[in-house]
Amino acid sequence: MTLVAPASALLQAAIEAAGEGMLLCDAAGHTVLLANAEARRLVPGARLGHPVTGPFPDPGADSFRCEFEGRSLAGTRRDLDGAHYAWFIRDETEQARRIAHSEFLAEVGWRLSTSLHVGRVMRTVVELAVQHLADTAMVVLPPHRRRSTWTRLLPRRAVEEGTLPERLLGDVPGLIESLDGFPPIPSRWLDPAQAPGWLLPAELGPVGAMLVTPLPGNAEPAGALILARHGAAAVFGEEDEALARVFAARAGAAIAAATLYHEQSETAAILKAGLLPPDLPVIDGVELAGSHHLHIGGDFYDVFGPAGDDTDTVIALGDVCGTGPEAAVLTGQVRQTLRVLRLVRAEPAAMLRVLNDVLLGSGRRSRFVTMVVGAVRRVEHGRIRLELATGGHPGPLVLRADGTVEEVAAKGTLIGVMPLTDIQPATVELGPGELCLLYSDGLTEARGGPAGREHFGEDRLHRALADCAGMPAAAVVERLSQIASDWLRGGQSDDIAMLAVRAPARTPLSLRGGGVPEESPFLIAARRGDRRSRARS
Amino acid sequence: MTAPARPAPPIDSWLTERYLALVSDSDEAGAIELVGELHDRGVPAERIIVDLIGATQRRIGELWAANEWTVAREHAATAVSERALAAVAAHPTGRASRGRITLACVDGEWHGLPARMLAELLRLDGWRVDFLGASVPGRHLITHLHQTGPDAVALSCTIPTRLPRAHAAITACRATGVPVIAGGRGFGPGGRYAARMGAHAWADSGETAVARLATAWPSRPVTDLPRLGDEEYTFLVRSRPELIATAMGRLIGAYPAAHDYSAAQTESTVEDMGHIVDFLAAAIYVGEQEIFTDFTEWTTGVLTARGVPPVALRTGLRLIRDQLIDFPAAVATLDAAMIL
Repeated sequence: MTLVAPASALLQAAIEAAGEGMLLCDAAGHTVLLANAEARRLVPGARLGHPVTGPFPDPGADSFRCEFEGRSLAGTRRDLDGAHYAWFIRDETEQARRIAHSEFLAEVGWRLSTSLHVGRVMRTVVELAVQHLADTAMVVLPPHRRRSTWTRLLPRRAVEEGTLPERLLGDVPGLIESLDGFPPIPSRWLDPAQAPGWLLPAELGPVGAMLVTPLPGNAEPAGALILARHGAAAVFGEEDEALARVFAARAGAAIAAATLYHEQSETAAILKAGLLPPDLPVIDGVELAGSHHLHIGGDFYDVFGPAGDDTDTVIALGDVCGTGPEAAVLTGQVRQTLRVLRLVRAEPAAMLRVLNDVLLGSGRRSRFVTMVVGAVRRVEHGRIRLELATGGHPGPLVLRADGTVEEVAAKGTLIGVMPLTDIQPATVELGPGELCLLYSDGLTEARGGPAGREHFGEDRLHRALADCAGMPAAAVVERLSQIASDWLRGGQSDDIAMLAVRAPARTPLSLRGGGVPEESPFLIAARRGDRRSRARS
Repeated sequence: MTAPARPAPPIDSWLTERYLALVSDSDEAGAIELVGELHDRGVPAERIIVDLIGATQRRIGELWAANEWTVAREHAATAVSERALAAVAAHPTGRASRGRITLACVDGEWHGLPARMLAELLRLDGWRVDFLGASVPGRHLITHLHQTGPDAVALSCTIPTRLPRAHAAITACRATGVPVIAGGRGFGPGGRYAARMGAHAWADSGETAVARLATAWPSRPVTDLPRLGDEEYTFLVRSRPELIATAMGRLIGAYPAAHDYSAAQTESTVEDMGHIVDFLAAAIYVGEQEIFTDFTEWTTGVLTARGVPPVALRTGLRLIRDQLIDFPAAVATLDAAMIL
């Protein structure tokens, strides 16, 4: 092995002045002939006269990029004169860190912007924190009614959620301060050993460092983020703390937005609850079915089941003028008025007359409604009698057992326009399996079809209903909804209200058409067994 | 004191025949009594749902396709099965231990029973289930997701013409950060189109959906946001009314038998033309000719069962094709169907 002549002092000085690490090697023995200070800093094992060791790839490769002793290094090999080559080594640690940070923050940006659900956002926050900032992460929300909601992710576990009493918050150093919105306390001042078991279970082993960061929200803190690194020697550096603060600012904004959405949608849900179609009561001897996904404001229906000694069921379906919140409020008033009138046992026609007075008396113009009100009563032989009154509304349709469709002859003027109303109620009777359909004109006026502009129309409705003979009420409403939706070709179908009343079909008494097989020997035996065990118990 | 243990009866052909007879008679009380009795005898609810109610539902579909049942009868039987399913579901299940899931049928998808059966199977498996019903408008679904924050969404689509809507719903669900499992024949053989639309998983039956959701859910992070549909799709959807009107105007010239059609026959021919355009649009949207050729094959079977000769469908295809000569994907798809 031969060493080249010692470099001149000037050459040595030039090499030392270079920003990159430089390592001059001989091509035969791959030993280090010359190294500047930067090269010695980045590759401490490179010693003059010794073979090249360190992050370098096998002979033949001309470049590398890797993690080496805590740094990100990149190097390029250049042949110098055939017998010598040099490695030029760059420290890219800082650059890699910046790229990682911006990639992390980009991921934080899109993942936190996706959900408006508080629980989901909290889950995303701890997942992101564990992927990039710490071994364990926990989000704690400010106490509400003396309890704090939390979400936690421990190493190698699934996300956990729960609540804890407010008094326990003081167990974690710095947590109450963070929840009050004070600036974060540097990690080195927090002793992880003081962390309670509910935060960091003992089986996780020693925790080297803990960081508690406030999550800033809308004018008030949205919560606090607790991070921990495991292993006795773990620390949070200044840069880690700075990144955690940037992350916390975004996480806090996302949690605050979701909290706001939750509060507003909860308020809206309470207001809407009185406006949505009701859950239909189950009434012996009367089948009821209504359309779903009704848009709020506009069309509505309601059913008031038998109350006290009043065995009638009152049904109503209508269409208030206008749309949006104003229509919704009017709908609510109409339904409330009907509820009251039903308690004083008003007849359908009387209900409409009173409603007319109520709307006129409200002193506001153009608050009118078209509607059908009916009183449903069971009569003998499984039949149902309906007394129906309409005010400016399409007449209900009756589907007879043989598939005939009739329009009920009730007549009446618009409700809420004229001081005097002309209402002529009608009575229909339904035999077993027969059905009466109340609907809004959204159904017949649905625009669509093959040409895209045609009204669905009454003829089509009559034909579609005739095809439904024998179907249960729910199936009829669903089938008509489907036909209307197909007609609209996916257009808005949520202003179509339907309510069907049916006298249940009689259960076939005989084995009709021989289609039903003989009674199973098993089931007969089973029934016998049933009786026996009941008798014994 | 307990009754002597009796082995739970297997769900055999005798039971399925009996159940089919009950639903075909719209005998709701009888159907409910039968499933109640099976439940009391120790038949697991899952088996009642899958082997009795589900299997019968498939039979009913076949009976309709073979023109043995009318649509009305099919709907009535399905309504009875819904009630029988509700009766099975009324029995208490264990504690919800798995998480929360939202189930919905895609907008315009009215076959609600398969999704309802899946809802019950998931409930039995320990999920907290929100079932939103048949034909759920996209914005209702997304509002629900923001308000409840479920761990998964299951979307059902049995008809390929609803795939563009399904794609919109999947994309919107993913935008809220909730993983999606797709289900139903609409997503193609092996659920091929589900992956193309960005769903995280697909299941061909209720039981496989339950198994899929029970293990390592969600499996893979999906990050690509697929873009589907192109200007041919847009054209087909926009000009649907004109395509149908023109085809109907030329029908008698191309198919003289149509001269004697009754109003009802004409109306159903208009509907069939609409189906041709809709399935064609779906095939173009997804980029799969098979969606269209499957449709024509199936329609040929259905029409044959109703005494309509195959040439009628072929005439319809040609009348639509003649109007689309500037659209290579549409022409290629129609040609592929006419070779069959």
